[in-house]
Amino acid sequence: MDLTREELLEAYRTLRMIRAFEEKLNELVTAGKMGGFLHLYIGEEAVATGVCSHLGVRDWVASTHRGHGHCIAKGVDIRAMMAELFGRATGTSRGKGGSMHIADVQQGMLGANGIVGAGIPLATGAALSAKLKGTGGVAVAFFGDGATNQGQFHESLNMAANWKLPVVYVVENNGYGEFTPTDFVVPVKDIATRAGSYAMRSEIADGMDFFDVYEKAGEAIRRARAGEGPTLLECKTYRFAGHFVGDPLAYRAKEEAEDWIQNRDPLARFEGQVLEAALVEADDLRRIDHDVEEELAAAVVDAEAAPPPGLEELLTDVYARGES
Amino acid sequence: MAETGSLNMIQALGNALDHYMERDEMAVVLGEDVGAFGGVFRVTAGLQEKYGAERVFDTPLAEAGIVGMAIGMGLGGLRPIVEIQFADFIFPAFDQIVNELAKYRYRSGGQYAPRVLIRTPYGGGIRGGHYHSQSPEAYFAHTPGLRVVVPSGPYEAKGLLLGALECADPVIFLEPKRIYRSAKGEIPLDYYTLPLERARLVKKGEDITLVAWGAMLHTCQEAVALAEGEGYDVELIDLQSIAPYDLHTLVRSVTKTGRMAVVHEAPMTCGFGAELVAAVQAEAFDHLRAPLLRITGFDTPFPYSLEDHYLPSAERILRGLVETIEY
Repeated sequence: MDLTREELLEAYRTLRMIRAFEEKLNELVTAGKMGGFLHLYIGEEAVATGVCSHLGVRDWVASTHRGHGHCIAKGVDIRAMMAELFGRATGTSRGKGGSMHIADVQQGMLGANGIVGAGIPLATGAALSAKLKGTGGVAVAFFGDGATNQGQFHESLNMAANWKLPVVYVVENNGYGEFTPTDFVVPVKDIATRAGSYAMRSEIADGMDFFDVYEKAGEAIRRARAGEGPTLLECKTYRFAGHFVGDPLAYRAKEEAEDWIQNRDPLARFEGQVLEAALVEADDLRRIDHDVEEELAAAVVDAEAAPPPGLEELLTDVYARGES
Repeated sequence: MAETGSLNMIQALGNALDHYMERDEMAVVLGEDVGAFGGVFRVTAGLQEKYGAERVFDTPLAEAGIVGMAIGMGLGGLRPIVEIQFADFIFPAFDQIVNELAKYRYRSGGQYAPRVLIRTPYGGGIRGGHYHSQSPEAYFAHTPGLRVVVPSGPYEAKGLLLGALECADPVIFLEPKRIYRSAKGEIPLDYYTLPLERARLVKKGEDITLVAWGAMLHTCQEAVALAEGEGYDVELIDLQSIAPYDLHTLVRSVTKTGRMAVVHEAPMTCGFGAELVAAVQAEAFDHLRAPLLRITGFDTPFPYSLEDHYLPSAERILRGLVETIEY
């Protein structure tokens, strides 16, 4: 394995931050302190963390409605994210986007996206811009199994494969498209096989295993950067919470969820792996847990104290006005 | 004196693209058959030869993907200029246009503002039938964040296209294909722009304000001449920019004439004429001498063999003008 101790601790910190961030949001929404629709990433943390560990600020990420994990893994400031979720002027989009539109131009985060599949062509175009401008950057599109039934998915894969664009398509197959089991609406067992129609390379990773995702995403990103074309990387994962906060979960068996949660939790798995191999100490991880909690608590305090956007913001940013 | 040339709209648009490609190395032209073939209407002819296949390229027939990808290119710092082969084909890309392109600046708090211009031939009168004839301007005008621009002749086509390309907002640039070749004029060959958001006073008049855009402007000119023969003096305005639109110029005109007729090819219900009538009556109510009139296509799919009856004709427009003036 090529990860240093520092890199492992950083990966754990990201995994833990995503988990704790989402748990905090769940708490805030359930307590009625935060509004808006929330789609939690709990259970899928290893995917965003494993993929984004390979990315820098010149690289682009297009995210989804379940996007907080991607944003955190891509380096977006969690204080600005929390403020955005509270709809405050100090948020990433000055409180004008909310959960499903967290975007950060400094970090190459093109944005979470409330339309299923819409981010896929955006990442494809960003990849084309990187290629034409010769920046050496790559673009990653995250999306769920449901998005692979959208036309935009197929249109994008066709173009990216045809033009060998530096893009990696990461499908987070969590077994459900909203409230419908994937195998009710998808005839193929592995979504990765859909790449075959476009003569595109594909790969399947255990989305509950940071190291498996890290390795396979690393190869896909290396190839994209080297001009060897795109990859469809399917990460098999599971949504521990429902589709959204408030989902009664009537469509899936309790035992199924418990099995994933008890036996395949990506954080527990990571911890077991690194402790067993004696790569880090348990104390290191507990210190990170503690720091993450403190950081989040402070972010909530700051966000709650921050002002909402001024009324004039209702009418700004529609047109450029005065620019260029 | 700057050099001029006799150009039709296709040549004027091609000339504008050539100028812009030369100025802005981030500009990229993409769409169905725009590269090697030069576009079905030949607007992009010669551009690939001059600027290379990286900057002028053919795409698959996949409008959602084309526009979505163009928005991503804009996010990445390029200046994509998309051709949608017929405006009727733009609907698969509707989601990307109204949900992504139009809203990106707002929802990102001003961080991202992809500069995407979408050119597309629109309108009827060429026996195109249901899916090669429609006028979708109202759909896009109903989406804040987009600009919708329609030129009516070669001078306007070049100047407005360059003005739109200099603008930082996303633009839907609708080209009236019926007059692509028939509308000719002596225009400057050098770079020039025309301001967006400004209606053009085509002819002064005292009795009624007649508003149109695109190919309908030419039909209105015929109607104005017929009205003149019957002793009526019509003020003709080319709206040019549908969104945002120049309400000020319309109100100033109607304050003088006390009457207005709007002409468009699209169906009447929720057509852009409805917006103009509503806004003008609110601003000029005390000056009105007759109900504000809409002369439009019918509330039907765009017909094939009956299109001459569907499209407002000079005679139908004349009738509306006279009835309104004599109200």
